[in-house]
Amino acid sequence: MAKELLSGNEAIARGAYEAGVTFASAYPGTPSTEILENIIRYRDVIHAQWGANEKTAMEEALGASFTGARALVAMKHVGLNVAADPLFSASYIGATGALIIISADDPGMHSSQNEQDNRHYAVAAKIPVLEPADSQEAKDMVLEAVKISETFDTPVLIRMTTRTSHSRSAVELGERQVPPVPEYKSDFFKRNLLPGNARKRHAAVEERLKKLAVFSDSFSYNTISKGKERIGVLASGVSYQYGREVFPDAWFLKLALPYPFPVNLFRRFAAMVDKIYVLEENDPIIETFARLAAPQKEIIGKGVFPLLGEMSQDVVRASLGLKDMTPRHSGAGVPGRPPSLCAGCPHTAFFFNLGVLKVQSRGDIGCYSLGALRPLSAMDTCVDMGASITVQLGIEKALEKAGKSIPQVAVIGDSTFFHSGITGLVDVIYNQGKSTVVILDNSITAMTGHQENPGSGKTLMGQAARPIDIVKLVRDGLGLEHTNEVDGYDVKAIRELLKREMLRAEPSVIVIRRPCVLLYRKAKWSPMRVDKEKCTSCKVCLRLGCPAISSDADGKALINETLCTGCGVCAQSCGFQAIRFVDEKGLHINSTSLAAYAGGGR
Amino acid sequence: MKTKSILICGVGGQGILTASDLLSDVLQLAGFQVKKSEVHGMSQRGGDVISTVRYGDQVFSPLPALRETDYILAFEKLEALRNINYLRENGIVLVNDFEWPPLPVAAGFEKYPLDVVEQLRLLAGEVVLIPATRLAGELGNEKASNVILIGLLASRMEIDKKLWLDVIRKKVPPKFIDLNLMAFESGFQFKP
Repeated sequence: MAKELLSGNEAIARGAYEAGVTFASAYPGTPSTEILENIIRYRDVIHAQWGANEKTAMEEALGASFTGARALVAMKHVGLNVAADPLFSASYIGATGALIIISADDPGMHSSQNEQDNRHYAVAAKIPVLEPADSQEAKDMVLEAVKISETFDTPVLIRMTTRTSHSRSAVELGERQVPPVPEYKSDFFKRNLLPGNARKRHAAVEERLKKLAVFSDSFSYNTISKGKERIGVLASGVSYQYGREVFPDAWFLKLALPYPFPVNLFRRFAAMVDKIYVLEENDPIIETFARLAAPQKEIIGKGVFPLLGEMSQDVVRASLGLKDMTPRHSGAGVPGRPPSLCAGCPHTAFFFNLGVLKVQSRGDIGCYSLGALRPLSAMDTCVDMGASITVQLGIEKALEKAGKSIPQVAVIGDSTFFHSGITGLVDVIYNQGKSTVVILDNSITAMTGHQENPGSGKTLMGQAARPIDIVKLVRDGLGLEHTNEVDGYDVKAIRELLKREMLRAEPSVIVIRRPCVLLYRKAKWSPMRVDKEKCTSCKVCLRLGCPAISSDADGKALINETLCTGCGVCAQSCGFQAIRFVDEKGLHINSTSLAAYAGGGR
Repeated sequence: MKTKSILICGVGGQGILTASDLLSDVLQLAGFQVKKSEVHGMSQRGGDVISTVRYGDQVFSPLPALRETDYILAFEKLEALRNINYLRENGIVLVNDFEWPPLPVAAGFEKYPLDVVEQLRLLAGEVVLIPATRLAGELGNEKASNVILIGLLASRMEIDKKLWLDVIRKKVPPKFIDLNLMAFESGFQFKP
């Protein structure tokens, strides 16, 4: 069969296809997003969908498994926290059709609020976890996971990491297996976890773990390779590759199935070597099991290698003092290049206004998290999906009890609001919170690269869907009287609404609407230009943090007309009417009708 | 063959991932084992982006080690300097003669260094400066600058030119093939 260069995420999607998966669900999150985006290449044989969040996605995959269909659900590491509730129940229930859970962890926090090692979840939920070391293994592990899941009646976790998800290597392609024909058969004692049933299921789970431990000893991807020296390297995931770079003559035990830990295989390996280096990203999971299995052996693990960040051959060498890491260039005088909101981003005017009003927002997860960075610097908390609204309510109530109050605004995006903001807003209304919630509705899940969401009007498979209107949901559904709607490019209207609603002693919502500017790209919008005569070099426009605006040698504002989309936010922020359209009669993005916008990223 | 490494760097949106995809496809076609790493997510929003490609008879790590990278292909001058510690002794830096001030510079918090190329020359075996953005503009589309840079890299690597052209024809959408072939040629023939 042909070999192709695939990313780990593409390989997972290919594996799902070959393994006869017919149902896939996910909530997007870096580094996992491309798994589902690639699965829809096989949309004629696999149904794929975005869930509102990881919990709903996991439950939907579990339901598919109930019918005997092979199901896969994918998420980033923190997504599994959201889906932890069904995960633990799914462990007791088992798998009729295979249930494959992909967790893409982010050691080094390239795009995350923490680095957590989700192999802990496998241990806690008592299910097996597979850890591929490259793209070929990523594909192979989906096929193996399906076998393990159906043989042992268990969900199977596959732990990807940023590096395995986002690196490409050759993958041999295979044929698709014929999937089982789904049929719903009731199984009350397994699937209804009333305490009487669940007690019996727990016993079954413990029995299953014992069988899986025996299996792990003979699993063909848990492999020993011979070395020339009596040095051993125990490794899992991509860390194995770094080990091979640093220790060319060592013995290796590579664990693709680190839990349940293959105790007997490990002891055979340990007998061949005098000391063992353990290489794994983040926490000492296999190290802990190795120490229990061979307490007398010299084992070098997290006492030497870091718990923090990604591994690499450099990290391994530096930890052992094998490489001088002193840089040839100190980095002095090289300004950083932090990510920023795009030119024409419909979130900019809101954050700029917070600066003018000297208010810090309670933040959330999405592109708008960048509102925390200078020069906007208008967000002082960012906790997890949905926490903007709830954290704000907690602050308000704690202060209120002491007779205090502060002007507060919580900010959350449309996708995050659907994910876990609605319940927080229910709490605000129910508990008579007085704070203001701003929902930045750009009709797409933008940060992860434009995935459809319940407000987009389109599904992952490209079908039309009735978009859920956030204004109606809040005003008519939750019955919130003070629900306001404003255009993301209308600087003054946003400011007036903020001033009014933050003072209001009742709950209020401002929905700031405008599709993500990157969705507009096809049209030729007139950019803006600075009238140098009128510009007073006051630098107010630089406070927008717009990548299209800088200043020239004379300190006057300068607009990069290639980057500029002509959103007009800078023109509104200028107190001297110094910024105008290059073509006053041309196409203007900010005068397109919001209603005319059809939505959808693909 | 000893494993070689190439680091491609620039600013999110400059076509870095497309370039490293093209490069890794060519290397795979040339019979090497190839591993490539890339950056997604938050940093793509106007932040610095790197993608690395390693190739040889047997490649383990997808990441290059510090001071062991053979080529740095920089789509923006400052980004070459940011990643210069990856370059091996006497390594080669191919850099787009193009400055894109980062936001902290545009907003007046920091200064763009004036002597980027001089600093690169102190640390590299060879620095080749190519006005790829301008050349691409002359071809009618600034976005083709990534393929001009790939063309320049190709001229320094001992891989059959036909493979590069084949991969471009296969990878690029039909209406952009001619533009990209011209862009590749313009980089390949470039004389500093």
